Amino acid sequence: MSEEKLTGAELVVRSLEYMNISTIFGLPGGAILPAYDPLYDSPIRHILARHEQGSGHMAEGYAQATGELGVVIATSGPGATNLITPLTNALMDSTPLLAITGQVASEAIGNDAFQEAYTVGLTMAATKHNYLITSAEEIPQVLLEAKHIATTGRPGPVLVDIPKDILNQKVEWIEPKLIDMPGYKPTLEPNPKMIAQAAELIRKSNKPILYVGGGIIHSKANQELFELATKFKIPVVTTLMGRGAFPDGNELCFEMPGMHGNYTATTSIQKSDLLIAIGVRFDDRVTANPKFFAQNAKVIHADIDPAEIGKIREPEVPIVGDAKSVIIGLTQQLEGSELNTSEWIDELNQMKKDYPLSYNQEEKGPLKVPFVLEELQKLSEEDAIVVSGVGQHQMWISQHWNFTSPNTWLNSGGLGTMGYSLPAAIGAKAAYPDRQILALDGDGCFQMTCQELITASTENIPIKIVVFNNGNHGMVRQWQKIFYKNRFSASELTHHTPDYVALAESMGATGLRMVEKSDVKKVFQKMLEIDDKPVLVECIVDPEDMVFPMVPAGGSNDVVILNEDDLKKI
Amino acid sequence: MSERILSVLVEDKPGVLARVASTISRRGFNINSLAVGPTNIEGRSKMTIVTELESVEQVKKQLNKLINVIKIVELDPENTIESEVLLLKVSINKDTQTSVIEKASLSGARSVDVGQDYAVFEMTGSSKDLDKLENLLKPFGIIEMIRGGRIAIQTKL
Ligand SMILES: Cc1ncc(C[n+]2csc(CCOP(=O)(O)OP(=O)(O)O)c2C)c(N)n1
Ligand SMILES: [Mg+2]
Repeated sequence: MSEEKLTGAELVVRSLEYMNISTIFGLPGGAILPAYDPLYDSPIRHILARHEQGSGHMAEGYAQATGELGVVIATSGPGATNLITPLTNALMDSTPLLAITGQVASEAIGNDAFQEAYTVGLTMAATKHNYLITSAEEIPQVLLEAKHIATTGRPGPVLVDIPKDILNQKVEWIEPKLIDMPGYKPTLEPNPKMIAQAAELIRKSNKPILYVGGGIIHSKANQELFELATKFKIPVVTTLMGRGAFPDGNELCFEMPGMHGNYTATTSIQKSDLLIAIGVRFDDRVTANPKFFAQNAKVIHADIDPAEIGKIREPEVPIVGDAKSVIIGLTQQLEGSELNTSEWIDELNQMKKDYPLSYNQEEKGPLKVPFVLEELQKLSEEDAIVVSGVGQHQMWISQHWNFTSPNTWLNSGGLGTMGYSLPAAIGAKAAYPDRQILALDGDGCFQMTCQELITASTENIPIKIVVFNNGNHGMVRQWQKIFYKNRFSASELTHHTPDYVALAESMGATGLRMVEKSDVKKVFQKMLEIDDKPVLVECIVDPEDMVFPMVPAGGSNDVVILNEDDLKKI
Repeated sequence: MSERILSVLVEDKPGVLARVASTISRRGFNINSLAVGPTNIEGRSKMTIVTELESVEQVKKQLNKLINVIKIVELDPENTIESEVLLLKVSINKDTQTSVIEKASLSGARSVDVGQDYAVFEMTGSSKDLDKLENLLKPFGIIEMIRGGRIAIQTKL
C-alpha cells in the first residue's frame, strides 16, 4: 500500500523534524505561506522575527553558540533579499546555516511576478551552495543534502528556494539518504607526510607560535589544542574568531593579534621563527600588509579549505584537513620531543608586562568601556555567552573579556555586520535558555536591528543587552580623528538619539541606565537579577575614547601604535 | 602572461555555468574563451576555460569549492589537442567570388552557403588557424563571424 500523500509544505516541515531541528527563525509571506500552515501543528519552535535580517542573525547566533545548524525561513522577493546580509555574514564566518525561501509559482518565474526576486542568482555568491526546487519529491533529499553541505567541511550557509506551487504539490515522502556527491568530498584526514614535515619544523623551532582561529571552534578541537600547546610549551595567539579556542589566563595564551590586537600577540608573530597556523585565513585584520607579516617565520598552514592555503601567504608546509585531526596528528608525531621554548615564553611574558593593555577610569570621569566590561565579567556567570556588535566596543570586548571556553564569544568577524548582536543573542538564548546571554552592543549597531527587542520580549527570551552609548559611530569617529583631521562627517549620532531606557520599556523589556563609576556594579547586579524578561542597560561612555593598540590598515605589524601620543609614528 | 587551459568536469545542473563564470569574474580574472558541452558520461558536462594568468592555482581552488564542480585539470599545452569551430559570413561579388572561395578552401574552410553577394564558411581547427582565416577574408568585408569557443583534450592517457 502506498503511503498517504503529503504537500511539499508538509514535506518541508517533516524534513526539518526528520533532521531533528527544534527551533527555526523566520517571518511569513505569500510565497512561503503554505509552509507556515503545517508548521502550526509541528513541535518545532518558530521564533517570529521583526525583520528577515534579524531572523538570519538569530539563526547564526543559534548556530554559533551550539556549533549546530541554524535554520531560517523567509518569503520570496523582499524576504529573500533581506536575508542576503546574514547569509554573507555566515559565509564569511563559516557558520552552518540553512535558509528556506518561498518563491513565486514555477510558471511565473522569470515574469517579474509580484514579489519575485532571482533568489538563487542573488545568493549565489552569498552561500556555500544553493538550490531551486523543481518538484516536491526532491524536498526531503535536497534539505538533507543542504544540511550536509552546511555542516560539514568548512561550514557555511546553504539556501533552498521553493516555488509556491511546489509547496502545494502532493507527493509521497521518499526517505532521504545521503548519497555520494561527486563534487563535494571535504578532506578531513591530513596527509601524514605533511604532518611529519610539520613536526620536524616544530622540533627545530625556538620561537614557535600557534596562530589559531575559528577553525578550532568549528572542529571542536579546543581540548586537543590545549594538549598540544601545554604538552610542548608552545605559545598561542587566538584571532577574533578564535577567541575562547584556548583559555585566556593560561600562561601560554597571548590572546588576540592584529589591527587592535595586544602588542605582545602582534609582536610575537613578528618575532616568531615558526607560525603554526591552524583554522585561520591570514585575514588582513591580522596580517596588516602581508609583505611585512611574520617575515622571520616559516609557516605551517593547516585548514579544511584548500583554497585558504597559499591564498595570502605561501606556507612551507601546507596541510589540508580538519583541525582536530591535524592537531592530534601533530601531538602524536611530537610525542617524546622536548621543545626549547622557555626563553621564548619568558620573552613574551616580559613583553606582556612591558606593554599591557591599559585604560584609565577616573573616579569622577566618564565611563570607559574596558572598565565597565571588567566589572560586568566579575558579576556574570562563567559560561555566559557574549555577543557583540561591530566597532570600538567589539574590539574592547575581545581585548578585555576573558574567554575561557569556545562558543562563548559570538561576533561578526569577517563581514563586520552592524546589527548582528541583538538578534544573534536572541538565537543563542533560544538555544540555551538557562545560560546568561549578554548582547554587548554599540549605540550605532543597536539602532540597526533594535526592533528585535520586541521579538525577545514576545517570545520570552530574556537576554541582557548593554548599549554602549558614546553618541557616535565610535570606530568611524576614531578613524576620522586619525586620518581625516577631526572632520566628523556623518559619524555623530547625538542630534536625535533615542531614549534607550524608554525604548526598552516600550518593547516590553526593562530599561536601566548607568552614567558614572558608582552606578556600574549596582546597575549590573539589577540587570543580572531580572530573569523573566529582557533587560537593556544604557551605558553612557566617553565619546573621545579610542581603541589601542592599533596597526593602521595596510601598515606593518612591526609598527604598533600604543596610544594617542604614538600616533606620530604614522 | 601565458595562456592557461582548464578542463573542468561539472555536474550537468542548472546554474552551473553561472557559478563557474561568477567565481572566475569575481576575482577579476579574464576569460579568453569558454566552451561547454556534454561528455560521454551521462549527467556530466565539460567546460574548457582559457584564461591568461600568472597562476591558476587560486582559481582552481575556488572552482573546486563549487559543489557542482567535480574535477579540474590544467592542460599542458605540449600534450594538448585543441579545436574550435567557426562560422563566417563574408561579402562577395562577381569579381571576388572565386578568389574568396579559393582562399577559404585552401585554409581548410568549407563553404556551406553561397549567395549572390555573400558566402558562409565553416571551419574547425586550432584557434590560430581560425585567426588566419579571419585575417585572410577581412579585406573582402566580414559581415558576421561566430566562434564556438576552444575545446581541448590531452593526448596522453
Ligand atoms: C552594516 C554596516 N554599516 C556600516 C559599517 C561601518 N562601521 C563600522 S564600525 C561603525 C560604527 C559602529 O558604531 P557603534 O555601534 O556605535 O559602535 P562604537 O564604534 O561606537 O563602539 C560603522 C558605521 C558596518 N561595519 N556595518
Ligand atoms: Mg557608538
